[in-house]
Amino acid sequence: MRSLIDISELTLDELDELIRTADDIIENPQKYAHACSGKKLATLFFEPSTRTRLSFEAAMYELGGSVLGFSESQSSSAAKGESVADTAKTVSCYADIIAMRHPKEGAPLVASLNASVPVINAGDGGHNHPTQTLADLLTIHREKGRFGDFTVGLCGDLKFGRTVHSLITALKRYSGVEFVLISPNELKLPDYIKESLKKEGIPFLETGDLEGVMPKLDILYMTRVQRERFFNEEDYLRLKDSYILTPEKLANAKNDLSILHPLPRVNEISVAIDDDPRACYFKQVLYGKYMRMALILKLLEVNV
Amino acid sequence: MNVDSIKNGIVIDHITAGKGMKIYNLLGLDELECCVALIKNVPSRKMGKKDIIKVDTDFEVNTDILGYVDPDITVNVIKNGKIVEKKTIELPEMLTNVLECKNPRCISATEQELPHIFKLADREKRIYRCFYCETKAKT
Repeated sequence: MRSLIDISELTLDELDELIRTADDIIENPQKYAHACSGKKLATLFFEPSTRTRLSFEAAMYELGGSVLGFSESQSSSAAKGESVADTAKTVSCYADIIAMRHPKEGAPLVASLNASVPVINAGDGGHNHPTQTLADLLTIHREKGRFGDFTVGLCGDLKFGRTVHSLITALKRYSGVEFVLISPNELKLPDYIKESLKKEGIPFLETGDLEGVMPKLDILYMTRVQRERFFNEEDYLRLKDSYILTPEKLANAKNDLSILHPLPRVNEISVAIDDDPRACYFKQVLYGKYMRMALILKLLEVNV
Repeated sequence: MNVDSIKNGIVIDHITAGKGMKIYNLLGLDELECCVALIKNVPSRKMGKKDIIKVDTDFEVNTDILGYVDPDITVNVIKNGKIVEKKTIELPEMLTNVLECKNPRCISATEQELPHIFKLADREKRIYRCFYCETKAKT
């Protein structure tokens, strides 16, 4: 039995396999319509989420399975003080697979060590969000047709942005990837990730100037400054509008730039960009569902 | 300064000068009823100066703690006044309940029954990271 807590647990071959499955689901959805018939997914969301939870639920329904769960900790036994370990053991009795989001970092790992069914980390605090990375990777695959030999700009909250951390972990394993890290000083990428890039000789540049580096970029990954990650409202207000992508800022961008965003967005991408063919963020949402379908099939060891 | 030799117990030797008190605290030696000597700044040919701790009882020393604080330490086990074992210490791969994660967002900060586990992330720089949230250990 296997869980997915951190994207690095998947080998490059396994990522390729998931992408092949997702491509096949896109081409032949009917083939998969009953693949998980009789199986149940528990969505344990201790923190609000629209996209990720609905994406998991849609994924399971499209595989012919069913879904149970909760969408905020107040409606779970956590409100009574139940531990993550006990919740995981209990839910293992009801479901075949668990998707867990939790505001505390490491909670899905604790769940996976105690559950008797596979656990998927659907986001733990500012730490990891591997299924968002799967969505990002499928988007890059379908937009660029390759992994590697490109420059990826990551912009906004690189400190608490778990999607950024997971994406870097995944992409750094491909050759020819260069990272450009664009953020205000207070929201720089954590040292441990930079240490790992340095150690592995992967080129990266830290800057505060989005427009200055725009012409270099093949992919621009925008992120939101997340209010819920700040203990101090003043810091949030000071930093929230650091980077807003507008058509003017794209003036020097490549014609084949791909703009990604894990969503939800607040104001960091102007809606004027939504119709630009380089904007991929709504396609990314759709691809996320297909990758979650592929992942559920893999972890449940269902062969279609 | 003379400190009597011990009959049955351990001698923690070659402690980097200044780290003796930290080891004393982490090993919880203050809770022992027996004679315990912490000798600071002992002249040493190899190290210039060093700290030594002598514990005058059979004591199962947590070598993970020693390895984490100072992997060059040696531990001599004494029985009937003679050294019967010399333990060499290595940087442990994992530390359990030695350090606590300082990240307030870590699950180990909320759930009291979880063991505090740190994994060795960088052997050269002796960096440990929380098993749950990967936050760097603060020493």
